[in-house]
Amino acid sequence: MHESIFLAVLFPLVGFLLNALFSSMKFIKSGESGKEFFVGAFSTLMIVLPFVIAVGVFFELQSLPASEQKFVVNVYEWFKAGAMTVGVSYQLDSLSVLMMLVVTGVGSLIHLYSIGYMHGDEGFARFFSYLNLFIFAMLNLVLADNMALMFLGWEGVGLCSYFLIGFWYDRKFEGVGIETTTDAANKAFMLNRVGDFAMLGAMFLIFQKIGSLTFESILSQLSAFDQTHLFWMALLVFIGCTGKSAQIPLFTWLPDAMAGPTPVSALIHAATMVTSGIYLIARLSPLFMLAPDVMNLVAIIGAATAIIAASIAVVQNDIKKILAYSTVSQLGYMFLALGVGATTAAMFHLVTHAFFKACLFLGSGSVIHALHEEQDVRQMGGLQKVMPSTGTTFLIGAIALSGFPLTAGFFSKDELLAKTFASGNVALYAVGIVTAALTAFYSMRAYALTFLGDARWAHDKHPHESGATMTIPLWILAALSLIGGVIGLPAVIQEHNWIHGWLSRSQIVEKEMTMAHSTEWILLALSSAVAIGGLGFAYSIYTKKQTAAASQNGFYNLLLNKYYIDELYNALFVKPMRFVSEKILPTLDAALINGVLNGVGTSFISIARSLKIWQSGVAQNYALAIIAGLVAILSYLMLKQP
Amino acid sequence: MPNDYLLSLPILAAAGWSVLLIILEAMLSRAALTRVFAMLGFALVGGLSVIGFPLQGLAFSEMLRIGGFQHFANIIFCLSGLLVVALSEKYLDDENVHYGEYYIVAFISVVGMMLLAAAANMAILFIGLEMMSIALYVLAGLMRRDVRSNEAAMKYFLLGAFASGLLLYGISLIYGATGELALHKIAIAIQTGSASMLFWIGFGLLITGFLFKISAVPFHQWTPDVYDGSPTPAAAFMSTGAKAAAFSALIVVVTNFSTLLQNSPTWSLVISSIALATMVVGNIAALAQENLKRMLAYSSVAHAGYMLVGIAAATPDGYSGIMFYTLVYTLMNIGAFGVVALLESKENLLLASDYAGLFKHRPMLAGAMAVFMLSLAGVPPLGGFIGKYKVFAAAVDAKLTWLALAGVLASAVSAYYYLRVVYFMFMRDPVGEAISAPATSSLAFALIAVAVVLLGVFPTEILRITDAALKFAQLPTQTGF
Amino acid sequence: MIYINGLNIETKTTSRMDAQLTEFGKVFLFLLVGVVFVAAGFITSSLIRPHRPYDEKLSTYECGEEPKGTAWVQFNIRFYVIALIFIIFDVELLFLFPWATVFKKIGPVALIEAVVFISILAIGLAYAWAKGDLNWVVPQPNRPKLPEKKFDKPAKKKVAEPAEPAPTA
Repeated sequence: MHESIFLAVLFPLVGFLLNALFSSMKFIKSGESGKEFFVGAFSTLMIVLPFVIAVGVFFELQSLPASEQKFVVNVYEWFKAGAMTVGVSYQLDSLSVLMMLVVTGVGSLIHLYSIGYMHGDEGFARFFSYLNLFIFAMLNLVLADNMALMFLGWEGVGLCSYFLIGFWYDRKFEGVGIETTTDAANKAFMLNRVGDFAMLGAMFLIFQKIGSLTFESILSQLSAFDQTHLFWMALLVFIGCTGKSAQIPLFTWLPDAMAGPTPVSALIHAATMVTSGIYLIARLSPLFMLAPDVMNLVAIIGAATAIIAASIAVVQNDIKKILAYSTVSQLGYMFLALGVGATTAAMFHLVTHAFFKACLFLGSGSVIHALHEEQDVRQMGGLQKVMPSTGTTFLIGAIALSGFPLTAGFFSKDELLAKTFASGNVALYAVGIVTAALTAFYSMRAYALTFLGDARWAHDKHPHESGATMTIPLWILAALSLIGGVIGLPAVIQEHNWIHGWLSRSQIVEKEMTMAHSTEWILLALSSAVAIGGLGFAYSIYTKKQTAAASQNGFYNLLLNKYYIDELYNALFVKPMRFVSEKILPTLDAALINGVLNGVGTSFISIARSLKIWQSGVAQNYALAIIAGLVAILSYLMLKQP
Repeated sequence: MPNDYLLSLPILAAAGWSVLLIILEAMLSRAALTRVFAMLGFALVGGLSVIGFPLQGLAFSEMLRIGGFQHFANIIFCLSGLLVVALSEKYLDDENVHYGEYYIVAFISVVGMMLLAAAANMAILFIGLEMMSIALYVLAGLMRRDVRSNEAAMKYFLLGAFASGLLLYGISLIYGATGELALHKIAIAIQTGSASMLFWIGFGLLITGFLFKISAVPFHQWTPDVYDGSPTPAAAFMSTGAKAAAFSALIVVVTNFSTLLQNSPTWSLVISSIALATMVVGNIAALAQENLKRMLAYSSVAHAGYMLVGIAAATPDGYSGIMFYTLVYTLMNIGAFGVVALLESKENLLLASDYAGLFKHRPMLAGAMAVFMLSLAGVPPLGGFIGKYKVFAAAVDAKLTWLALAGVLASAVSAYYYLRVVYFMFMRDPVGEAISAPATSSLAFALIAVAVVLLGVFPTEILRITDAALKFAQLPTQTGF
Repeated sequence: MIYINGLNIETKTTSRMDAQLTEFGKVFLFLLVGVVFVAAGFITSSLIRPHRPYDEKLSTYECGEEPKGTAWVQFNIRFYVIALIFIIFDVELLFLFPWATVFKKIGPVALIEAVVFISILAIGLAYAWAKGDLNWVVPQPNRPKLPEKKFDKPAKKKVAEPAEPAPTA
């Protein structure tokens, strides 16, 4: 099965190309359901097939003895420059196959969902072409066996994210310094660039030191690096990851990325692309383990992002923004786990998060769809009766996100927090627990304001349950959110749970941490209590008060305005840049650069004109030039040769 | 003996096929039929070269040297011939010079190129060169009722004969100095004794003959005049096939004398200076050209300069880069000339400004032309970029960083005149009525453009072939076949 | 006796002092005889021929070409074609001499190769023939066709392919 991995990458590419063709041919006249269904089903199939291959590879890998941990499939030698050879080669180990399963599995469901969601949109085929291209890039990212190809995927997903955030490029979108969806897309793209720059720096450093970019040789030659090198490499990789995975200080793009269609938010900005930073650090975990300073930084940044984003999410009124900040916060959790050395716990949370966050986003999409693009939770309410499937699945997603006992989120979050505790960072653990409480609170708040209480939407709207292509994915994801935890049951229940066994087959490493069963039980109880407490508190408030507004004090406003971080960035970076580029540079440009360039250009052309004299058109003169050249060459040769 | 025939099968087949074309034309006098058969012949000979790729050795009393390098060169010549023949029908019809001889002469010229690349003996070298050149003189003067075409043919003939004379004189001096005509034996003679002054003068004359053919400065001045006057497809043929052949022969000669030349800083300086002058003069002169054919002529001078950088580097990487470069250059330059030939009619539509708004009428053709222009300018990820990159990288490795740097600057200058065409095609609104051209040819150009793009994106396979092809050319004294 | 210094042949022949000529001596003898023979012929004929000169007879080439005047005159291109064909076969003949010397050594292959060589040239000749380039066509003066009736317009000349020599005479 593993030999056919190139097919798995090829299918989405084919899907992209054909959809791009459909789009440019204007194959679908607005709202032709039959053709829409054909295009949608085709695109979905192009993702389902890789999923099938991923499952096949999964079983193939599992049937192997643990000593043969991976396949490397060389598809093509991409380019060769000096000592650097970059191949299109894919490495299939437990880590990349796990990622591939998540990407294609959740991806297929979201493709299916999009058929219903995008119905009637003018850019139906264009949308699916971007989605397929995204999956293509994402598969390259997670399967690449070298950093160059990984970076190709890394940039590719960024590009698709840009396309999809600005998908409705003619729509308004509100934000700090943002007026249209295009601005939001630009913001995401530029903040990502900052991170990518650091990532490139890391790649340069690595290549300079060991002359290769394959993960294999990086991880096997770690002893070649000294401590300073390790520090800078790990730091640069981490900065790159903060861009893609929306961590402090580069997280502000993600909430604005909600300008894109909701399935995009679910797929790219919750389940897959934003987790690529976590994947990369897990992949390079042996390197990070050797850079303890950076590890501490990762943990602190993760914890800080988690609590800050969670506190912002508590007061947001846009349902997608709540989920966006929640995503940032959950990603913070994963970085916290990576930072304390609990790599498997981070990957576990990544998987469960993909399930319940995709479920929540798709649910919110269903609501937004039903209410005709209404996103403000203050204009919702009472939808549980109208949209039972959406409501129930949203509730399941919300309690999984909160860490309600026995749901998927409960197990992953508990393991992550327990590992943080076990690593001895009690302060970080405390931050994690508070964040958990906030998480439970805003999850229930979002659910209660949207689905419970009185209907607050305008009377001319007649919301109804979405169609089967939308509810089926919702139910599947909800089921996974409920039972997905079985892959990583805590040690007190199952000594060697599945995900630890599976991931231990790959090269990722983590710190050995042990703790007594009794401590673990206490921690379990504590997180359960926090989750249930938060859920209950929010339920009691928001089913009674019916309004979003708590007390309108200063702290509330601070939270509502997201700690004014956007304003700060705007004042610090955007406005000075704008000033320089709008006021100073044009004059400089016109006077200096244009002047010099035009001067150089015109002088070259005048030289060229003067050369025309020599081109007399008389053959004798040409012969003369030949003789002159010959004499020059021969006399020089004679002069210099012994 | 049979091995000789097997080794030189592509050359023999090409020669035989040209006789066949002559008989065909004599008996039927049907230009269209001759055209089809010429194309078939190019395909056949190219195919034979592909099949025979691994064969190598000396043939016919060490007169011919056949190896991967020669086969690769043959494929380029056949490709050039095939494309030129395929793209010239409309032009020849328009100019009312649709003679069957055109195709025969082009075919004979390719036979000459193949001999030139396969020469192991200077006598064959000269015969190949003359066979190629004389055929090209005829092609240049094909439009015999056109004064400019006559002028082009006459100039090319006079100066070409002059250069051939120099080359022949060089051969005779080398023979006088070493007593040998076979290149590998000359190399041995120089190694055992030492290179005398007489040899160096002869070598200088020999190289001058080649430098004329590849239009290196200061032996380039015929180029714009001849390209301008010749039928456009013939100009495309001269700038690609003939140039590739001259470069192949140059590589064969310099690899034979590699031990001598690598230890000679004088030689290195001479050839680097010529490369530098060629790049600078070619690019700067092209800036002032309004006429696209003249612009492309100077551009072909400039590209000869880039390729000479590979010769100056004098390393296998450099030669391999040149081989790749000639392949890409053949595709992109025939593409560019072909588009010009397709659109021009009776001296009209030859200025860049005539292409204004072409994108609106003929998006596919304009797109293909844009690819050719960008590739000629060396914009990644197109084939032209990889070619330049390879030769410049070889120069850097050979400690000629200044030359590579100058090359990069010169190609930056070149972007101006290539992009001007693109600018007119895409940014300006069309003036006057739509330019008419058959739709099928757009598709042909699109295919060539795709090939140029593919060479840029996936150069590795071809570079592997060129590296392998050079192995035999690198071992001049190994003759155990 | 003739003695030319520095040649190998001399070492053999000088021993027999007066009896034999050297090889070059024979050549010289031939030269001498040739000159005498030609001179004798001229002298004899000038003595016995009738003497009736006129202008054309006195011109240098006696074939219609003007020997004096500018060199930039147009002459019939067919001369060139004939000369070219002559040269080609002349050179072919020259090539056959070295071929003949090694013929025995190489064997039947040599015969085949020579046949191929000659037939290629023959095909070239046949081509020129088939294309009508060997036909000696007298140039036709390009006289405009006069109108037959007084008010007719002159007949339109064809522009496409003017005055191509016809393939056959």
